[in-house]
Amino acid sequence: MGSRRLALAQLHGLFAVYKPPGMKWKHLRDTVELQLLKGLNAGQPPAPEQRVRFLLGPVEGSEEKALTLTATSVPALTNHPLVCGPAFTSLKIGVGHRLDAQASGVLVLAVGHGRSLLTDMYNAHLTKDYMVRGLLGKATDDFCEDGRLVEKSTYDHVTREKLDRILALIQGSHQKALVMYSNLDLQTQEAYDMAVRGLIRPMNKSPMLIIGIRCLHFAPPEFLLEVRCMHETQKQLRKLVHEIGLELKTTAVCSQVRRTRDGFFTLDDALLRTRWDLHSIQDAIQAAAPRVAVELEKSLRPGCSPTLAGPGGPSSASGLENDAGH
Amino acid sequence: MALSAQQIPRWFNSVKLSSLITATQLGKHFQRPGRTLSHGFSAQPQMSSDNCFLRWGFKTYRTSSLWNSSQSTNSSRQEISSAQSALLPSINEQTQKTQRIPSFDSELSLEALDDLPPLSPLQPVSEEEAIQIIANPPLPPDTFTLRDYVDHSETLQKLVLLGVDLSKIEKHPDAANLLLRLNFEKDIKQILMFLKDLGLEDNQLGTYLTKNYAIFSEDLENLKTRVAYLQSKNFSKAHIAQMVRNAPFLLSFSVERLDNRLGFFQKELELSMKKTRDLIIRLPRLLTGSLEPVKENMKVYHLELGFKHNEIQHMITRVPKMLTANKRKLTETFDYVHNVMSIPHHLIVRFPQVFNTRLFKIKERHLFLTYLGRAQYDPTKLNYISLDKLVSVPDEIFCEEIAKASVQDFEKFLKTL
Repeated sequence: MGSRRLALAQLHGLFAVYKPPGMKWKHLRDTVELQLLKGLNAGQPPAPEQRVRFLLGPVEGSEEKALTLTATSVPALTNHPLVCGPAFTSLKIGVGHRLDAQASGVLVLAVGHGRSLLTDMYNAHLTKDYMVRGLLGKATDDFCEDGRLVEKSTYDHVTREKLDRILALIQGSHQKALVMYSNLDLQTQEAYDMAVRGLIRPMNKSPMLIIGIRCLHFAPPEFLLEVRCMHETQKQLRKLVHEIGLELKTTAVCSQVRRTRDGFFTLDDALLRTRWDLHSIQDAIQAAAPRVAVELEKSLRPGCSPTLAGPGGPSSASGLENDAGH
Repeated sequence: MALSAQQIPRWFNSVKLSSLITATQLGKHFQRPGRTLSHGFSAQPQMSSDNCFLRWGFKTYRTSSLWNSSQSTNSSRQEISSAQSALLPSINEQTQKTQRIPSFDSELSLEALDDLPPLSPLQPVSEEEAIQIIANPPLPPDTFTLRDYVDHSETLQKLVLLGVDLSKIEKHPDAANLLLRLNFEKDIKQILMFLKDLGLEDNQLGTYLTKNYAIFSEDLENLKTRVAYLQSKNFSKAHIAQMVRNAPFLLSFSVERLDNRLGFFQKELELSMKKTRDLIIRLPRLLTGSLEPVKENMKVYHLELGFKHNEIQHMITRVPKMLTANKRKLTETFDYVHNVMSIPHHLIVRFPQVFNTRLFKIKERHLFLTYLGRAQYDPTKLNYISLDKLVSVPDEIFCEEIAKASVQDFEKFLKTL
C-alpha cells in the first residue's frame, strides 16, 4: 500500500489541460479522473496479510491427550484485491473557468487540496486570452458557423482599417467600464498612475470586460482576433463577433473560439489528450506549483496594485504584447 | 454438565444485539449449547449463538425452534445472509477431529434448562476448559460484502485462488448468496472440470466465472447438450472454447435460443454457412446480445448510408463489430468521412476500419494532413494515403511515415484546433 498511498498523497494541486473542440468539460473531467484512478490502481498491490489464529492442538511431544493453544500466522484473504476491489474508486477533481463544448483551449483543473487554490484563482480575477476566428457574410441564430442561417450579406466594402477602427472603439468603451467597475477614485494620484499604465481591473463581479482586442489576420471573409478579457463566457465572445459584423454594416459568425491563456496557465502548460495519465499530470502539477504559489500570493496580497496579471505588460490600443513568461 | 459462567457473557459481549433479545432469555437458552459444543469444535458455538438469534426473530429470518430447519429459512433482501448450512460443512473440513453432534432436542427443552443453577462470571475455570473456550466474534448474519465470510469459507477461498473477482460478484446479492451456499466439492468442481474439458485454461477460469457465476446453477446435462448442439453445427472444439471465453453467457442460453439466433444471422446477412460461422467465432457476443441493434444497424447501412447489400456483407465479414456499433457514432463518422473528407462509398467499403475508430482521431489526423497539404485519398493519383493507414497506425508511425512531420509538430498543430 506504500507506493500507492504515497502517489495519492502527492496528488494535490493545479494543472492545465487542452480541451479539444467538441468535448464537454464535464466529460473531460470524468475522463481525467478515470485515467488518474487507473494509474493509481495500477501500482504495486500490498503484500498479502497474515492473521494470527490460536489453534487447538496436542502438546508437542507428550503422550497424553492434553490440548494447548498454539499461535500460528495464517494468510488471510480479507484484504485481497479480488475480495475488496480496487483500492481507489473516486477522486475529487475541480474545474476552473469552464469552456463550452465548441470552444477549445486551456482548461485549469485541480486535484485534492488544490481545489481551494481554484477559489483563490477565481478571486484573483485574472484575465484570459482568446483567439477568435470570424467569418464575414453570414449571420446565424447562435452566432456559430453551423447554426441556423438568418442572413447573408456582402462584405466587399470591409477593409482592414475599418475593422481596426471598430476594434479600437470597442476597447475604448470597455476601458470606461473597467474604471467604473474597479471602484477606484480616479481623482487620487495612485489611481491615475495605474490608469495611465493600464493596470486597473475590477476585483469583484462585473459583466464581460475587454481589456484589449486587436486583429491579427484579415483575409476576407476570414479574420482572426486576439481578445484579452475577463468575466466572459464564450457565447458572449461569439456575440461580440456578430456585433463587429453589424458595426461593419455586414454580418459575421464566429468559427472558432480558443483560449490561449487562463491567468498564469498558458498553452505550453496545457496537456494534450495523449498525456492525460498519472505521471504526466503529476509532473505538470509539480512544474506549475511554484508559479501558482507566487502568482496567487501576489494577487491576493491586500493593498497591492492590481496588475493585469499575464505574461504581457500593460495593454495599449494599438497592440498587445504577449510575451512568454513574465 | 455444569456450564461455566464465563462463556455466556463472552458471546454476549462480542455481538451487538437488537432490542428483541433480552438478557434473561439469553441466559436461559445459552447455557446448554455453550459448554457441550466447546469440545473440539471450534466454530460451532458461533453457529448456535447465531442460531439462537435466528430463533428470536432477527429481522431477516423466520423463527424456528430447531436449528436444523433454520438453515433453510434465510431470506435475502439486500443483504448476503450467512449460510449456516454452507459454512458448517466447510468449517467441518477445517477441523479434522470427529465431532460429537449433541442432541439438541433434549437439551434445549425449557424444563431441563430451569434446573441448572445460574452461572456467575467470577466462577473459576480449569485450564483445560479455559483452553477450549472459543471466543471468536460470530459471523455477521447479514452483510453487504463477502469480505466477512471469505476467511471462514473454503468455497470462497478456493474461488479467490482461482482468480474469481468477488468484489464484482457481491454487487449482485443473489449471486453472493448462491456462492455461499455452494459446496466446492459437490457442485463447483463438476462445473470446473466441465469447463476445463471444454478447453478453458486455468488462468481463464477466474475471469469467466466472474462474468458468468450463474453457470453454477445450470444443470450439467443441459450444458453438455448445448455444447453437443454447437458441435453439430460444425463448430470445432477449439472454436467453441474461444467462443465461450469471449462470450461467457453463451452456455447459459438454451438450445432453442441459440438455434434462433444462428438462424436469424443466417437469414439477415445472407452469408454462406462457413462465413456465418467465422463471423460468430470472431464475435460470439452476437449470439448473447440483443438482436434489435443489429436489425437497426442493418437498416442504417442500407437506407441511411446507402451501401449495397454485398458491400455491407463484405464490410461485416472484415469488421464484425460494425453490427453492434452505436448508431449515432456510425452516422457521425460516416458524415465526416463521406462529406468532409470526400471519400466515395467504394473506398469506405475497402477500409471498414474507419467505423471502428474514434471520430476525434479521424478528424485530428485529417485536419493535420490538410494543413500539410497531404490529404490525398484518391488511389488513382500520386501520394495516395489509404484510410486504414490513416486510422489504424499509432501516432508516431503516422507522423513519421504518412505525414512526414515530427510528433512535436503534430502536437503543436493539435493545440491550434
